[in-house]
Amino acid sequence: MKTPLVEMRDISVSFGGVKAVDHVSVDLYPGEVVGLLGHNGAGKSTLIKVLSGAYQADAGEIFINGEKARINNPRDARACNIETIYQTLALADNLDAASNLFLGREITTPLGLTDDRAMEAEARRIMARLNPNFRKFAAPVSALSGGQRQSVAIARAVYFNARILIMDEPTAALGPQETKMVAELIMQLKSEGIGIFLISHDIHEVMALCDRASVMKNGRLVGTVRIEDVSDDDLLSMIILGKQPGKGGEGEAVEMPDAARI
Amino acid sequence: MSDGTATAPPERAEMGRRAGFLQLLEVDMRLLGMIGAFAVLAIGFDLITGGRFLTPRNIFNLTIQTVSVAIMATGMVFVIVTRNIDLSVGSLLATSSAVMAVMQTDILPNALGLGLEHPLIPWLAIAAGLMTGALIGAFQGWLVGYLTIPAFIVTLGGLLVWRNVAWYLTSGQTIGPLHRTFLIFGGTNGTLGAAASWAIGILLAAGAIFGLWIARRARRAHGFGVKPLWAEVFTGLLLSGAIIGFIATLNAYEIPARRLKRLFEAEGKTLPEGYTAAYGLPVSVLLLIVIAIAMTLIARRTRFGRYVYAMGGNPEAAALSGINTRLLTVKVFALMGFLCALSAVVASARLTYHSNDIGTLDELRVIAAAVIGGTALSGGFGTIHGAILGALIMQSLQSGMAMVGVDAPLQNIVVGSVLVLAVWIDILYRRKLGERK
Repeated sequence: MKTPLVEMRDISVSFGGVKAVDHVSVDLYPGEVVGLLGHNGAGKSTLIKVLSGAYQADAGEIFINGEKARINNPRDARACNIETIYQTLALADNLDAASNLFLGREITTPLGLTDDRAMEAEARRIMARLNPNFRKFAAPVSALSGGQRQSVAIARAVYFNARILIMDEPTAALGPQETKMVAELIMQLKSEGIGIFLISHDIHEVMALCDRASVMKNGRLVGTVRIEDVSDDDLLSMIILGKQPGKGGEGEAVEMPDAARI
Repeated sequence: MSDGTATAPPERAEMGRRAGFLQLLEVDMRLLGMIGAFAVLAIGFDLITGGRFLTPRNIFNLTIQTVSVAIMATGMVFVIVTRNIDLSVGSLLATSSAVMAVMQTDILPNALGLGLEHPLIPWLAIAAGLMTGALIGAFQGWLVGYLTIPAFIVTLGGLLVWRNVAWYLTSGQTIGPLHRTFLIFGGTNGTLGAAASWAIGILLAAGAIFGLWIARRARRAHGFGVKPLWAEVFTGLLLSGAIIGFIATLNAYEIPARRLKRLFEAEGKTLPEGYTAAYGLPVSVLLLIVIAIAMTLIARRTRFGRYVYAMGGNPEAAALSGINTRLLTVKVFALMGFLCALSAVVASARLTYHSNDIGTLDELRVIAAAVIGGTALSGGFGTIHGAILGALIMQSLQSGMAMVGVDAPLQNIVVGSVLVLAVWIDILYRRKLGERK
């Protein structure tokens, strides 16, 4: 059995008495895409923000490549080669594409000054691969279209050789053409051995792109299933009813026996 | 295509050039607007006063009067860009000034026994003042960044606290005279003379052209499009011409004969017949130039500056990118405090003494300068040169009205209205810019 790239064990997060994430465990293997499904407020984004360092867990442990990792802030996550594409994209609208791409990791000259031209050259190189039509390198990202902004956010995650990629609804704001582009990118990154957590509302997208899916409801894990073992309807009922198919009755999740009780 | 873009595909070079030209226009639009407003103001006052406004003498005085507010305005740009505000700058200036005054007239000469004439006294006093400013600034930044008390409240409290700490330190007394060397930073008492001023002017002009050339070469080395050569040459000539013109104007203002006579007598000599000398560039203005260059460099070419603007544009994104936004807030306020102390040197040296009301209402002048200079209170946008130009416009308005003989209450009514008007024009400008995109 291979070592998982990421293993999140028994993670709990509360906000002022509300349990946003309640004893959830998920894992991710190299070259695998794991979908995270659930309604709004199910706790998917909160769980993933623990991994990306934006939030800290109240309880639970994270293992990266089998070793216990301490992720207290986004810098720690980046040091573990975890990159995140946030739903909000997390771009500074007043800065240009290259400044956003390198934000927090600027290329500097020997004198310690930012080397904007080197960064722009690198930005042009990676954008030529991800979005060949991208031209607006001098404009602030507020002047870009939704798809262009998305490609800047994706470039930022891909550029720094991520081993673990978190994508929070990467296609929610995109047109069909750009959605297809993201899907192709996911397949390409997967073939390079990168592990991807894909948060999505779109069951068809999850069925098409993911190897496994973990479903959450009310902060708890309903269950984790292999995509080849389930149908669209099975996933849908997990999301809506909080029951895993074939488990019957009040539904017992594999990992957490009482996780699915509503 | 002879300008070295051969390495890039022609299409891309063309795109880069067009974007660069648009960008050039965009920057110039705002700057041109401000320069235009300043020109209208200056020419208007000159006409009304019958040619007394645009004289070397008045321009010399105007620059000296602007320095203190302009230095603080450069720091205020960073504070406002990070979506904060600092209402305590005038009071912080007073506390720093009080510390420096007490240090050089009492603590260093008496308590430490250096005597009144020791050459190190002004420098030790300045060091103590700068440290005081930076520490108080850092403390306020800590209250804002780590304890998450709104900057408006922290610095509103600071406005009262530091004004009265200054009072307490000096028992409300005017302290002076300050050390002779210290007074060099005040303006009239410290000027470089014609020759040194020319040298600095030529150095600055050459530096500006060299900077343009370096930037162009670097763009070409990376195969990006560059501006057409004529645009580059035009910018270079304009910049160096403005610098040389400024120096020439200052050098045209000659020291009055009576003052020259006194200066010579102080050194035990007599004034030779027909001898004249120009004031030249004041040390305080040179200090402002150095600060302006340093702050522009910090804003554009350092990680710190990049993070300041990133945090202003989207604080959440900055934090998610691993930027420690709390520590950044502390640094921004510490820098603001440091610059307040530097302004305190200039302001108290100009008066030749520390007075209890030094820097009163400066917070409003400084914020107004930054805002008139195009710094957006919503954060993320603002330039150093804009803030300095804003300070110059404010000061011109004030001095011009005084020269014309406008009543004091009317002066303040006009200045206040201009501030509101400037922000409204800025909003319209941004809206138009937003629609075009």
